[in-house]
Amino acid sequence: MNILLFTLVLLLGAYLAGLAGSLTGLGGGVVIIPLLTLGFHVDIRYAIGAALVASIATSSGSASAYVKEGITNVRLGMFLEIATTAGAVMGAILAIYTPVNLVAILFGVMLIFSAAMTLRKKHEDALQEGSKLSYKLKLNGSYPTKEGEVSYKLKNIGGGFSIMTIAGVLSGLLGIGSGALKVLAMDTAMRVPFRVSTTTSNFMVGVTAAASAVVYLQRGYIDPGIAFPVIIGVLAGAFTGSKLLMRINVKSLKVIFSIAITLIAINMIYNGINHKF
Amino acid sequence: MEKNKKVTDYDMEQLIGQVLRYGVLTSGIIAIIGGIWYLIQSGSGIPNYTSFSGEPAGYTSLTGIIKGLAAGSAKEIIQLGVVILIATPILRIVFSLFSFILEKDRLYVVITLIVLLIIIFSMFGGLKV
Repeated sequence: MNILLFTLVLLLGAYLAGLAGSLTGLGGGVVIIPLLTLGFHVDIRYAIGAALVASIATSSGSASAYVKEGITNVRLGMFLEIATTAGAVMGAILAIYTPVNLVAILFGVMLIFSAAMTLRKKHEDALQEGSKLSYKLKLNGSYPTKEGEVSYKLKNIGGGFSIMTIAGVLSGLLGIGSGALKVLAMDTAMRVPFRVSTTTSNFMVGVTAAASAVVYLQRGYIDPGIAFPVIIGVLAGAFTGSKLLMRINVKSLKVIFSIAITLIAINMIYNGINHKF
Repeated sequence: MEKNKKVTDYDMEQLIGQVLRYGVLTSGIIAIIGGIWYLIQSGSGIPNYTSFSGEPAGYTSLTGIIKGLAAGSAKEIIQLGVVILIATPILRIVFSLFSFILEKDRLYVVITLIVLLIIIFSMFGGLKV
């Protein structure tokens, strides 16, 4: 296979990754790593670099659409970014000492977790009484619905902050956005309503990925020959996805996608245990 | 006062949305230009990514990228697109910082500064081992 063919196939793969990522809310990164490592036998370090680029592309690409609706809680996102960016820097340092096979196994475990999280039902109702810290940090907010403005309050800020640190470490180590962990922290621990947690998590994914991307770029993980079809493909896919999202029911799609990534995850873990990376 | 705050928040969000859109668009266009140039030059070569070669390449540092750009090198043009893409979320933080300064929200000025410092630390903190 020559470079031209490699680029075209990767472009198509990245397009599908961006499309699936934006429709299911998992981001483009999770599909890019298995595609490159299992599909093209690319070294996992190049794949991590490409996934970071893909995460930023999906985040910034769809954030410009979300911002218009005005439901991102910027204060909440900013406060939690202390945890995720610090975690991401730690993860990028840890990556130097982590064997690539262990990275592959961790990635597989994270994929299965993400698949399970996609199918979980999320909180829609807003809490009426928040914790003390939520008032002090001005984290409570409101969002517009058809029935008017709905205000919500948050609880368990410390718990959410801790989970976010882990999300940051994993995203720095594996090159993914860890959107699933971010939603877990906001949805389950802090009780952020689903419409706010999805967009706020998306806002944070870009910033977290950028914090580790500046390190990985300097380490040579981001190769231009892989990066350019990934950027173009993922952006185009995410754009198509955000248009489609309003018209189709994603429920069955989520189930199919979750089964598919679970199978891929098992493959990654199997290969990791057998030292194939 | 409360109403006034809402207006600036909304305006700021619109501005941030624009910045993200243009950032992503610019990065995509530069990546396409560099990519086509790269394919013309070396499209018939064989991709070699099965083993990791890491750092020595010129596109792993900003000075390297600028040097490559001056020489019209395709890989560095693509990498400029990547750098712009990485810069968009960081720019978003900077804009939020200004917005919190305008609102005189001291707590969040500090919080935003901490986030920015962490990112700057990882940029220049000698993490390149």
